[in-house]
Amino acid sequence: MQYDSKTPIYLQVITALKLDIINERIKSGEKLPSSRDLAVQYTINPNTAARVYQELEREGVCYTKRGMGTFVTEDMGKIKQCRQEMAKGCLEDFLKQINELGITKEEAIEMIKNTTK
Amino acid sequence: MLESFGVTKKFLGKTAVDSISMKLEPGHIYAMLGPNGSGKTTWMKMAAGLIKPTSGFIKYNNESVGVESRKHVAYMSTEPFFYDWMTVGDVGKYYQDFFEDFSMEVYDEMLQEMNLEKTLKCKELSSGMMAKVKVAVTMARDAKVYMLDEPLNGIDLLARDEVLNAIIRHAGEDKILLVSSHLVEELESVVDYAIFISNAHLVGIYEVEELRQNEGVSLADKYRGIYGSVEMGGAC
Repeated sequence: MQYDSKTPIYLQVITALKLDIINERIKSGEKLPSSRDLAVQYTINPNTAARVYQELEREGVCYTKRGMGTFVTEDMGKIKQCRQEMAKGCLEDFLKQINELGITKEEAIEMIKNTTK
Repeated sequence: MLESFGVTKKFLGKTAVDSISMKLEPGHIYAMLGPNGSGKTTWMKMAAGLIKPTSGFIKYNNESVGVESRKHVAYMSTEPFFYDWMTVGDVGKYYQDFFEDFSMEVYDEMLQEMNLEKTLKCKELSSGMMAKVKVAVTMARDAKVYMLDEPLNGIDLLARDEVLNAIIRHAGEDKILLVSSHLVEELESVVDYAIFISNAHLVGIYEVEELRQNEGVSLADKYRGIYGSVEMGGAC
């Protein structure tokens, strides 16, 4: 994975994992790799990998079963909420960019409607 | 803990390392970055107990570096020092004779992970394969400190990934890993901290995630800022 140079790496890995969970590439209730395997998979520092799981757990997206590892939440509401939050983030970024171009929100909505595809 | 107290090394009037003081703690991977000739190798050799500082001293867990500390420190030099006639398997046996903490089992596992055959002769190895053998044989020791001098130098992308994976797999809470390189981007996602060395001096120690979080810059950005674009281009 290529990391952008401004955002902390752990946040970029969290986003990638959330996306996999939302798209069901990783299913709800599924066991996640150990933090060391996650580190290898994403070529990241093992402490960063541990931080990724800590954060996901804090947000309720994952949970740890003692001695068994980290699992994706079975709470579909939580996953849905996660999707809403990510969509909100995308929208905010979009509006910020479109605003920099001097286009209002209303104009942007009109443009989206007229965009084929 | 590995501590450097005002360490200086002079060679015939040339100062290779100039009063470097720093502290490396277990549980972290450190990158030692700086252009070629900035003093990285000299400092590592002193920390490994292979050469002595002109002044200052290095301590490992409060003991001066020497015969005793060498048991806990696994050092990989830039130059390979294996004989041409040796096979990859012989390299393991060679290390087993030298180091009590060497594990043939771990060595075999690492060779397998990196797709290397034990029957290959050293003289037949490509530079990428040689780099992998060196890393495998060094990390097959059950040491507390691993110092790898330029493990990514002159190897292709795939070999590089395998070497980085080996580094990630062998990091641990009780271990210090120090990896030198003049390639900043390659190590950025893998290390906790980067030690910047320039012209024999310590410039600073930076935490990768903290730089991104607080300054919104990557390690490579920081490196460019400190060393300037000319040196950056020259060094790579």
